[in-house]
Amino acid sequence: MQLLNLYNCLSTYLVIGALLFSFGVYGMLARRTVIGMLISSEFILAAASTKFMAFNRFLAPDPAVGQIFTLFIMAIAAAEAAIAISIMIAVYRNFKTIDTDELVDLQG
Amino acid sequence: MQALVCQSAAAPALFSAEGMVGVIFLLTVVLVFTGALIAVNAQRLVRAVAGLAVCFTGLAGVYYFLLSPFLAMMQLLIYVGAVSILIAFGIMMATPEEKRVTGMKSRSLLAGPLAFSTGALMFAALTVLGLKTEWQVFPRQGTGDIKAVGMALLTTHSMVFELISIVLLMAIIGALVLAQRGRN
Repeated sequence: MQLLNLYNCLSTYLVIGALLFSFGVYGMLARRTVIGMLISSEFILAAASTKFMAFNRFLAPDPAVGQIFTLFIMAIAAAEAAIAISIMIAVYRNFKTIDTDELVDLQG
Repeated sequence: MQALVCQSAAAPALFSAEGMVGVIFLLTVVLVFTGALIAVNAQRLVRAVAGLAVCFTGLAGVYYFLLSPFLAMMQLLIYVGAVSILIAFGIMMATPEEKRVTGMKSRSLLAGPLAFSTGALMFAALTVLGLKTEWQVFPRQGTGDIKAVGMALLTTHSMVFELISIVLLMAIIGALVLAQRGRN
């Protein structure tokens, strides 16, 4: 059962990170609301942290560095989510919608 | 394949301790992808946020398998506990009652098959890159436990630590100012 030894391999975690990143890119392009795009951007950041953690576990000489990077990514993601939500609330007050197709002032 | 970096080559039996660990790992991976699929494809925004929380719970398990229980706890606290709830609040405050859906069918071509092919292309490229590269393993120098993380955070990375606190402070002030602006 080679399947049960997957958690000891670097490539497993790299594939997980790649799949999360592609989910994020797909959602970023396909979603029509701003909140859906924010959720997709969280996936992109999570993919980056997963890859940092994988390289940290298997390759890095000092295994504290990758964990610190992931902690900083978490802090940036929290700040980004807070700012994005407040921008969304401000946009909603002006436009009464957060649908990206309707957030236009000009024709075209 | 040469490029695969595996710590132990021998595959464990199903009904041993290591085999059970492998089964639990597969379950966490299933949790991650189920949550991600729900979050990206759900029609209602609230379900997308629930999928986000499920995915990040599974990701905390993945961090635990990457020998970092501290990061797993932080993932649960920050992402599942704070960011998901924040987005749920955003849905409650910034979406009209009857329009809490995220219809996937858009008029533009970019949002349909082009988005899917972009995602698939990204996945294929990153997977090939990850599997084909000859990764070089360096000998271990530190332990990587929480004590080493704390020491490195306050000595080697102390400048970044200070800067990230300023970034968080600016984010708090900016969020307050932005959310207050439209109110009259």
